[in-house]
Amino acid sequence: MDFELTDEQVMLRDTVRDLLGRAYDPETRLKVIDTDLGWNRDVWRQLAELGVLGLAFDEEDGGVGAGPVETMVVMEEIGRRNAPEPYLDAVLVPGGLVARVGTAEQRQRVLPALAGGETLLAFAHDEPGTRWPATELATTAVLAGDTYRLTGVKNPVPHGDCADQLVVSAALPGGGVGLFLIAADAEGLTRTPFRTFDGRRGAQLDFASAAAELLGDGGDARAAVTAVEVAAQASLCAESLGAMEEAMRLTTDYLKTRKQFGVTLSKFQTLTQRAANMYVSLELARSMSLYATAAVADGSADQVAASRARLQVGRSARHIGQESIQMHGGIGITTEYPVSHYVARLTAIARTLGSDLEHLRVLTDRVGEYNLVEF
Amino acid sequence: MKLALSPDEVTFRDELREFYRTKIPAEIRDRVKYGLELSRDDIVTTHRILNENHLAVPKWPVQWGGRDFTPMQLHIWEDEMQLASVPEPLTFNAQMIGPVIAQFGSEELKARFLPPTANLDIWWCQGFSEPDAGSDLASLRTTAVRDGDSYIVNGQKIWTTLAQYADWIFCLVRTDPNAKKQAGISMLLFDVKTPGVTIRPIKLIDGHHEVNEVFFENVRVPADQLVGEENMGWTYAKFLLGNERTGITGVGRTKVKLGVAKEHAAQIRSGRGTLLEDPVFAARVAEIENELLALELTLMRVISNSTDGKPNPASSVLKLRGSELQQAATELLLDIAGPDALPVNTGDIASPGWAQRSGPAYLNYRKTTIYGGSSEVQRTIIASTILGL
Ligand SMILES: Cc1cc2nc3c(=O)[nH]c(=O)nc-3n(C[C@H](O)[C@H](O)[C@H](O)COP(=O)(O)OP(=O)(O)OC[C@H]3O[C@@H](n4cnc5c(N)ncnc54)[C@H](O)[C@@H]3O)c2cc1C
Repeated sequence: MDFELTDEQVMLRDTVRDLLGRAYDPETRLKVIDTDLGWNRDVWRQLAELGVLGLAFDEEDGGVGAGPVETMVVMEEIGRRNAPEPYLDAVLVPGGLVARVGTAEQRQRVLPALAGGETLLAFAHDEPGTRWPATELATTAVLAGDTYRLTGVKNPVPHGDCADQLVVSAALPGGGVGLFLIAADAEGLTRTPFRTFDGRRGAQLDFASAAAELLGDGGDARAAVTAVEVAAQASLCAESLGAMEEAMRLTTDYLKTRKQFGVTLSKFQTLTQRAANMYVSLELARSMSLYATAAVADGSADQVAASRARLQVGRSARHIGQESIQMHGGIGITTEYPVSHYVARLTAIARTLGSDLEHLRVLTDRVGEYNLVEF
Repeated sequence: MKLALSPDEVTFRDELREFYRTKIPAEIRDRVKYGLELSRDDIVTTHRILNENHLAVPKWPVQWGGRDFTPMQLHIWEDEMQLASVPEPLTFNAQMIGPVIAQFGSEELKARFLPPTANLDIWWCQGFSEPDAGSDLASLRTTAVRDGDSYIVNGQKIWTTLAQYADWIFCLVRTDPNAKKQAGISMLLFDVKTPGVTIRPIKLIDGHHEVNEVFFENVRVPADQLVGEENMGWTYAKFLLGNERTGITGVGRTKVKLGVAKEHAAQIRSGRGTLLEDPVFAARVAEIENELLALELTLMRVISNSTDGKPNPASSVLKLRGSELQQAATELLLDIAGPDALPVNTGDIASPGWAQRSGPAYLNYRKTTIYGGSSEVQRTIIASTILGL
């Protein structure tokens, strides 16, 4: 077994860490997340130039042909700086679907532009009133002549506000789920943008018989959606880990500097023991994040592996987030001080692509199916 | 041993239940029930209706509007108010400065301040905490220097809740810089519009403006606005904070939140049925409800045993657990909202308003284990005063 990064992976990490560290001191980040776009196109361009946006795609699709470990490394750094760039929402998830399902022509048309930072995608999948995993879609695709027309509501669509093109899931006339490409300004498509409580962006999309292009050959795409979601779950674990590490760093630094009763808070054992517990949570989460990524990398990933990782990472994130704020006292819930933003982000991640409850359900449904737990 | 209320108490409860639900505007109670922000007007309106009906300050001495309620009646008064989602009388007035003036103020001070405090003609805010004096309140540094018949106040307060709405502030200030920490502190009352007072908003993570920084630069305060005696402020502050603690248990409010949470969970499709039917989810609700019941019974024990309004040491248990269960209820709502919690402040989308408020509310409610004596401070009190450690 080997849990270490290669030299190249370490270099990638340091480069991205450097770039995001320069781009996002806490003050600049506050300014950027307050703009309409909510993130920074300059940073995006730099990520494209470094090849980060194309990391996950094959070379013939205009990508770098790197693997899930490289993706994990980048996501961890995004989490560490709480960078608002929509790498997962605009590139990895919708791009991953195009890469898996799209025809050669579609991949050629979409992916190089995505990797080059010239176009942005979003995946419109969630529907009102339902919870992950979406099993039955209310959005329908009907064939009218030789074009498909989509009708239904997709909400929330992460970063659907800024996407140029959308990948949309819909129930196919003959059963199963189809994926469709549609321009964001297409007729019959209305989008209502929103901000999220962790300072990000999204949109609701309303389709009223909007003409859309079928992605791929029209077969049932459910397995592809699951595979891309499993990879995305691993990415969310990595992002959480970066955010948790930084929340912990801020907290231990604070305990060493904040004085009450004439001494630093680090002199109160009740606090230092709890900081130690936070560290326990952090390491357990790190192991599970590595597990999720390694499973994707060796092709053995399934929803159970992803849910195991999400559950532990979610529990750790909750623990570390709540304790970080508590140990900071009042300053911990102000906008100006960064720790609250990490907690907000961790809290939002824990409601994206399933929550603790839903991942626990995936696991509880299966405990009778095996004897010994193993990875 | 007897669990039931006496017939008189039942009558008392039913009257209040009826009163709260008919006399306090339904829109205001709905805003409380569903966690919407209250305006200054909502709070003033409710407070004045309560005061007109002699229900704003029942704990005060009878001469100043108190009611001589038994501890159980006081509990019923508060609990029914929470169950009906009535905004509580402004705590700075009713629970904090009012009782202090009534107990320690001169007759002159009482006559001048108690009636307008009871009726919320004066909106008070609490100027205790400072940047370097949070849990360690006694290390506060804001100074008040006697100059003729005034004090000159210099320094800074922080976390001053709703100072943007306030007319007056009650402040802890250092009047004797040479005395030991607790000994040189006094309590001063003054108008926040006095020259030299600057109020600056602090934005919290939920995006709302709820707390402030307050700066004092050569603020001239008439000496007759000192509470009680000079350098006795710490005693008054301890009395005041003792009152605050039982008030924030919030069992009734948490019950209402859980009820609302169950209503929503019954509407959401999840797994093979609704979220409320999901055994994993239901188990969690049952656990929180049971913990809440244990807390409520503990509260009843504290109430039944309390003598002459003396704070019971177990009241720290109430603050500690009460704040944790308030947080558990806001977290439950957030989890029910799931991905619908992500959008905020956006009309015309499918994510319902309650769901859009649940994320900010969860983050905001982290405050309950920090303010009013943090959980760590409560545990220290339990360890030292109860366990003798
Ligand atoms: C929303 C909100 C509203 C508030 N409203 C008001 C108001 O209206 N007026 C007012 O005067 N104040 C108000 N406060 C201030 C509140 O009382 C303080 O935040 C509180 O006393 C904690 O102080 P601090 O924030 O400086 O944290 P610190 O005292 O710095 O504490 C940081 C952490 O260390 C822990 N800690 C500190 N000392 C010890 C110790 N000896 N042993 C173990 N652990 C310890 C604390 O429990 C906390 O977890 C408000 C605070 C908030 C968050």
